[in-house]
Amino acid sequence: MEPKTLFDKVWDAHVVEKIEGGPSVFYIDKHLIHEVTSPQAFSGLEARGMKVFRPENTIATPDHNIPTENQHLTIKDELSRKQVETLTANCEKNNITLYGLNHPYNGIVHVVGPELGHTQPGMTLVCGDSHTSTHGAFGAVAFGIGTSEVEMVLATQCILQPKPKKMRITIDGQLQKGVTAKDLTLYVIAQLGTGGATGYFVEYTGSAVRALSMEGRMTVCNMSIEMGARGGMIAPDQTTFDYVEGREFAPKGEDWTKALAKWKELKTDEGAKFDKEYTYKASDIEPMLTYGTNPGMGIGVSGSIPTAKDVDPTELPTFKKSLDYMGFGLGDKLLGKKVDYVFVGSCTNGRIEDLRILAAAVKGKKKADSVTAWIVPGSKQVEKQAIEEGLVEILEEAGFKMRQPGCSACLAMNDDKIPAGKYSVSTSNRNFEGRQGPGARTMLASPLTAAAAAITGVVSDPRELF
Amino acid sequence: MPIDKFTTLESTYVPLPVENVDTDQIIPARFLKATSREGFGENLFRDWRYTSDGKENPDFVLNKSEYSGEILVGGKNFGSGSSREHAAWAIHDYGFKVVVSSFFADIFQNNALNNGVLPVMVSPEFLAKIFDAVEKNKEQKIVVDLEKQSISLNGESESFAINPYKKNCLLNGFDDIDFLLARKEKIEAFEANN
Repeated sequence: MEPKTLFDKVWDAHVVEKIEGGPSVFYIDKHLIHEVTSPQAFSGLEARGMKVFRPENTIATPDHNIPTENQHLTIKDELSRKQVETLTANCEKNNITLYGLNHPYNGIVHVVGPELGHTQPGMTLVCGDSHTSTHGAFGAVAFGIGTSEVEMVLATQCILQPKPKKMRITIDGQLQKGVTAKDLTLYVIAQLGTGGATGYFVEYTGSAVRALSMEGRMTVCNMSIEMGARGGMIAPDQTTFDYVEGREFAPKGEDWTKALAKWKELKTDEGAKFDKEYTYKASDIEPMLTYGTNPGMGIGVSGSIPTAKDVDPTELPTFKKSLDYMGFGLGDKLLGKKVDYVFVGSCTNGRIEDLRILAAAVKGKKKADSVTAWIVPGSKQVEKQAIEEGLVEILEEAGFKMRQPGCSACLAMNDDKIPAGKYSVSTSNRNFEGRQGPGARTMLASPLTAAAAAITGVVSDPRELF
Repeated sequence: MPIDKFTTLESTYVPLPVENVDTDQIIPARFLKATSREGFGENLFRDWRYTSDGKENPDFVLNKSEYSGEILVGGKNFGSGSSREHAAWAIHDYGFKVVVSSFFADIFQNNALNNGVLPVMVSPEFLAKIFDAVEKNKEQKIVVDLEKQSISLNGESESFAINPYKKNCLLNGFDDIDFLLARKEKIEAFEANN
């Protein structure tokens, strides 16, 4: 038998039919939906007079558009409220499990799926959200889809997909102290650029990736889309199995034993071919920050923004436009730049481990008065755990207040908007113009680097502080 | 949703020579609150098109009356970022039928095709010629022929790739759901075996 990659194994097992000269009819095991990209799919289905085909395979949670304060009250914004209510009505009508606002399982869709054990190795999983790649951390084939495709999944549990090419990214060695999974992914994206993996599905491997916790692996897979990849995945191992075991919707008893035996086969065979391979050294990675308006524009905290001679001349106008937006100059250092806002949260870094890192860093210190900090847990479960572990208390003593779960300032659909012209160090995934609010200036970073900025009020090297 | 049929299009075009135009620029998140597919064209490129006080930004290409047409031409890596299909809806709703670039992000490309908007990928050299030509003559036209998979500018042509299945869908106005629904039995058989 020809050796196969991990991706081939999961993909091929889900092809219902290969269309000659076209895409495959591709079966979806788990479908996650939220309030923003699903309403038009349900109305499309209704216009055809159809019901959801496999309602038990879809899970819903509102997250993008919900307030992160006073969630017990009616949502003030009329359009946001209507979207959330529409999701509720659609789920009721179609017998879909909904973790609505104030439900103990509510939260960001990519935090909720894994923590409840819905996400499992070897699955295919889609959601109308590009950060669905997060779930690849479990050795699942998981990717974001558009609303037309959401409708296809609701109607048939399938979508039509051409098989992407395969890329392997190997990171060997040990991450330095103060360097996290977020830095690793920002480093890789800075190397490949924002379109460097377009058309590919990525497998991450190497000793530095193996050493990551599940939370860290989710951060890495989450950001795959930021270099254009369809998705990213990591072969499941003992770390994965230990994380999944015992979670509410994970297999139990005999089912667990059977599942485990299958999951242990999910790895790339010796000699399997990739269309592209990249190898990096973990020891080269510093705490990373972005300086521009796409996630590929990242540098180590001690580095400088490229100068004109380092930029492709055809791309220089766009590059300069980006720096103008940020209020930075060619060759500037980021260290010492003023920071107005700090956002810790999102499907990239809103998990319990991220809050632990933040709390450990700021314990016994004080937030700079000039900084507004928004700490937003990824889910109700994360919020509960953070309270139980005493993290919230530590954060409060250091001058931080934790908000309620949601996507929040990652995309600023709700009221959590960074004001125009203000600088934000953010643990989220995108620094596009206006992403965190019209005119907002975002520097993406790890929770540790965000903690450093919150304490000092300027961009600082977390290795020197903590 | 049945999609518009597409065969050929000859049109003037709107140049947007910016790389990495992401879907947050095409339609910012705060305009994604609708529950229908209509009306997104109004906020297409919102934060480039209007100033913070809501006035038209005279420097943005959509506000320059000398540029018009049903074809939008963007720089490399068009449509990166979020999977929001609202980006394709906004482009379609505004009246564009074709987007030309030297490189497209995957999800955007799928979303465009699913809404009858044809993404045409050309070489960087051809893209540069397209941008140059319209600076010399605002009435310059491009011809896109889906059957032949060709794009022409001033008699110079380049061929573009498209998945044969998707090509057939666009030529006939078919959508994927009809195709999938016709395979329900196969899907059920697959479920029974897995």
